Amino acid sequence: MHELGVTFHIMDHLEKVAADNEVTKIHRVTLELGEVSTVIEPYLQSCWKWAAAKRPLFMDSELIVETLPAVTFCEGCEKTYPTVEYGKVCPHCGSEETYLLQGNEFNIKEIEVE
Amino acid sequence: MESESGCEMGDIRVLEIKESVFADNDKRAEELRAELKEKGVFLLNLMSSPGSGKTTTLLRTIEALKDEFKIGVMEADIDSDVDARVIAESGVKSIQLHTGGMCHLDAEMTRQGVEGLEVGDVELAILENVGNLVCPAEFDTGASKNAMILSVPEGHDKPLKYPLMFQICDVVLINKIDVLPYFDFDMELVEQYVHKRNPDARVIPICAKTGEGIDVWAQWLRNEIANWRG
Repeated sequence: MHELGVTFHIMDHLEKVAADNEVTKIHRVTLELGEVSTVIEPYLQSCWKWAAAKRPLFMDSELIVETLPAVTFCEGCEKTYPTVEYGKVCPHCGSEETYLLQGNEFNIKEIEVE
Repeated sequence: MESESGCEMGDIRVLEIKESVFADNDKRAEELRAELKEKGVFLLNLMSSPGSGKTTTLLRTIEALKDEFKIGVMEADIDSDVDARVIAESGVKSIQLHTGGMCHLDAEMTRQGVEGLEVGDVELAILENVGNLVCPAEFDTGASKNAMILSVPEGHDKPLKYPLMFQICDVVLINKIDVLPYFDFDMELVEQYVHKRNPDARVIPICAKTGEGIDVWAQWLRNEIANWRG
């Protein structure tokens, strides 16, 4: 939903990182995106392309997105299960007392620079 | 990069960042929260979907509290100053923030808004966030408390569809209760759904149009401001 907004956030942040590390060009940016974060990868890629063309530091840079699987923990039976497939209800015991263990991450992992 | 090692591209290096995209905003939000605390400005972040009655609720809130607190309002919109003008007519200080197409306000934009309000003489600053249930939930504005409005025509299943929004809110106002007879809106169920996401959230039914429930909401705000002041 807010892919353009987060693209600007990432680029603003990396511009600071670049200034601190005497980086003149960013070639590749690797992100970690949880399966159930609110960001949709294809939209993010098009926003990235659009915004990168307007900022010299990011011109022609490549965006790599690594997906992190979403895992939910069940308080009822203390087992975990894949969130996307089963949602809120535990497939092992049917309990609704569950919470997300991982899968809503949105991290900048690393950048390749010169 | 093994194929390129030793050639003219040898200067390429990898910097590990390992940081959440939201980390920078979270840090700025914490800083702003601390600064406002020091200045004695209680910042309320008001969120909802478009058309839920944010501006009307705000006018009622101002009416109820303007003799007790010096109020300032920041209206965030993608464009236009329609809301800011309406608020200005109520006699409180009001400024319009344009997000320039962005779907939410972040801590930095909020800071600019607060500076625009010249907080020196404001005790209660209210931020009317962009009408949207997704993005504003992810960007901490630095507010002391988060409130959201869910109006009856939107349906009681919204807490299931927008879990994060309900998780981060301290209070949920159920607005437009005057039209309850015409909608299949289950008040008990909505409370259950909200509390499933956030057991501490207070749910207050109101009607901004008639003023019903506004006294309960105003009292909640009074208490929160008093607790926050310590």
